[in-house]
Amino acid sequence: MKLGDVIEILEAKLLAGDERHRSLDVKTAFSADLMSDVLAFAKAGSLILTGLTTSQVVRTASILDAAAIIIVRGKIPAEETLKLAEELGIPLISTRYILFETSGRLYANGIVGCVEKIGGTANGAS
Amino acid sequence: MNRSYEKTFSVEGGNFDNAGMASIEIKKILKDLQISDDVVRKAAIAVYESELNIISYARNGHITLYVTDDAVNVDVRDEGPGIEDIELAMKPGYSTATEQIRQMGFGAGMGLYNIKTCSDRFEISSTVGEGTHLSIKINRNGQ
Repeated sequence: MKLGDVIEILEAKLLAGDERHRSLDVKTAFSADLMSDVLAFAKAGSLILTGLTTSQVVRTASILDAAAIIIVRGKIPAEETLKLAEELGIPLISTRYILFETSGRLYANGIVGCVEKIGGTANGAS
Repeated sequence: MNRSYEKTFSVEGGNFDNAGMASIEIKKILKDLQISDDVVRKAAIAVYESELNIISYARNGHITLYVTDDAVNVDVRDEGPGIEDIELAMKPGYSTATEQIRQMGFGAGMGLYNIKTCSDRFEISSTVGEGTHLSIKINRNGQ
């Protein structure tokens, strides 16, 4: 799916990033408010779905080479977070849907989790 | 072994605004050295968690990156309270984080565990009241 389709499905706004980012191809996502969990389990090229709006979300996404950040529950990050996202080239999207609805709507349209469940994988905690 | 690249970064304890700056710079250096994406990502995660640990718990610290032909090595040394029970601190989910750390989305008790998971060799030593030392090695040519 293209990031542009994600934005449409979520009736979302692209707050950082430019029109080029809409053609980015995305297949997987990870939802969490704990950045350490994002670092542990999210994969490169994934969407990060979160309710957190601090600049640490952007730095975490950058470290992981995430495709984009989707901020849920209608939150708008502070100006410095948006500035950092622009600087680091990470598209940042805001949707009014709650985390559960955001995940569900993307899943129904073919986006899957980075990992299905934890345990039994090289990366997994039990 | 030839050290093809070495650089040390200072990290100031309690400076949450800059948390992650050293890691992002280190990641860029590794990419410029044309190290494979997988190794860069593992190193970046290990350095980022280490940097956050210094900022969250220590007074100050240093992260030294040295890259050889076959590995990315990261040495993390801090001056701080140290860790009383290393085995417990390594356990996923165990954390002594403050509210400020948790508000940033950290302090989930995954830090040291994440660092270990990203490393091919991981050593930790700590002296209570003095500080903690991490030695991280990530092989460049798979495991």
